[in-house]
Amino acid sequence: MTEKFDAIVVGAGPAGNAAAYTLASAGLDVLQLERGETPGTKNVQGAILYSDALERIIPDFRNDAPLERHVIEQRMWVLDEDSFIGTSYRSDAFNSESPNRYTILRAPFDKWFSEKVRAAGALVICETTVTELLQENGRVVGVRTDREDGDIYADVVILADGVNSLLAKKAGFHGELDPKNVALAVKEIHFLSEEIIQSRFNIKGNEGVVIEIAGAVTHGMVGTAFLYTNRESITLGIGCLLSDFKKSGVAPYTLLEELKNHPAIIPLIEGGEMKEYAAHLIPEGGYKAVPRLYGEGWMIAGDSAGLVNAVHREGSNLAMTSGRLAAETVISLKGKGLPCTQANLGIYKAALDGSFVMKDLKKYRQLPEILHGNPHFFSVYPQLLNRAAHTMLTVDGEDKHSKEKTVRNSFVEHRSLFGLVGDAFRMWRATR
Amino acid sequence: MISVEEKLFQNRYKVDEGRPHIRIRNPQVCTEDCEMKACTFACPAACYAMDGAKVVLTTDGCLECGTCRIICSEHQNVDWSYPRGGHGILFKFG
Repeated sequence: MTEKFDAIVVGAGPAGNAAAYTLASAGLDVLQLERGETPGTKNVQGAILYSDALERIIPDFRNDAPLERHVIEQRMWVLDEDSFIGTSYRSDAFNSESPNRYTILRAPFDKWFSEKVRAAGALVICETTVTELLQENGRVVGVRTDREDGDIYADVVILADGVNSLLAKKAGFHGELDPKNVALAVKEIHFLSEEIIQSRFNIKGNEGVVIEIAGAVTHGMVGTAFLYTNRESITLGIGCLLSDFKKSGVAPYTLLEELKNHPAIIPLIEGGEMKEYAAHLIPEGGYKAVPRLYGEGWMIAGDSAGLVNAVHREGSNLAMTSGRLAAETVISLKGKGLPCTQANLGIYKAALDGSFVMKDLKKYRQLPEILHGNPHFFSVYPQLLNRAAHTMLTVDGEDKHSKEKTVRNSFVEHRSLFGLVGDAFRMWRATR
Repeated sequence: MISVEEKLFQNRYKVDEGRPHIRIRNPQVCTEDCEMKACTFACPAACYAMDGAKVVLTTDGCLECGTCRIICSEHQNVDWSYPRGGHGILFKFG
């Protein structure tokens, strides 16, 4: 092992792999440390891969990446106890040569990405947990691992150690996550034959469908559920804010079981063989919860930096982009012969601010607070919408004017006219 | 409905025998100061259970999510670290 590396990357998820690959491709001496047995064994995601972020790192990834299905249809369902109202968008244009989104399984995908990182020339060491950052005179100079004689030095350390971000906390770079800024998601994977998945979801070949779900299944908690089609399996999960779990007293696995037993979901997963159960936290505090992103000799990327766009269910693309930008920052400084001081690493933050990563987080900066203060978006409205549809679609001799009046009154009764106008305003402010 | 135990049975683990990576700092705080005991229902692997008035922690089925540490925000009574390299949950699909 060399005495000192140009850079150490902690973690082999999307952010860490993007950073290590970019650094190694530029010829830098990179060490990447991963606590899993192999890269991917500790990593959990829905999972949707957004092509654009990966294309900017590995343009020909489609040649050999383990992709499940390219998404041609997105459904959005709002559930009541035994019904749902929904919309969907499906387009043959998503069947292009270079599809925009794929479903993936993170364990095989991360293993593939890591092979690319090794091929680019990085030294990747697994089964090694980084226990703390080594600091000298307020500057990060390396990492301490749980291996014997496990201190390793580098000019810069890129923290991509995931949502729990223990290293930055221990070093005092940021505080503990607030339960209202983090969602807990649980999910299962159910295996079914390719033919059954194709016929159940009305798709052919490797076409895929994703369903994003809100409403009764979250017991009024701020949260959503999802169902993704993989090649020979279906991933099904549900996540809500930890602060809401705490208040509700509902166990996450109970929510998942209720979702699986909803009449809209039962026929989609029927006959499947469940082969894994996973849980993961998602940082959903948004723009206002993003911590300091760099300092003397360090940068932080991906989930560990809270870079998740909860509204659009995007995270891995923000992770890959931030990992790449952190690496490009180091490459640029090295090229100019400049040290990785806090002042010099400021270009990482500037690059993030100029990208979709911070622009999107900023756009939705008000949303977390508005959702916390208005839980009826996840309880009252789903019920009202479903009942309105039920009223209008039931032909029972009542005239349509009267039916409309019933629907209108049900909204006013539950939210009042002021409430309805206020809700519309709040949603506009949260998403403008 | 399948139980959480049946769910966890599908998973692969390499348990670090005798070296749990999570510890309750002061068991007395759970018994005497904490009314809610959110860990006992919020942990997705049901690692925390009541034994009489005591909260008992078994980390073998842990999914390494971090919920227990964060949800114990008032008491900060969970000493949480990652398992030693290579140990703990081994996701096959993730």
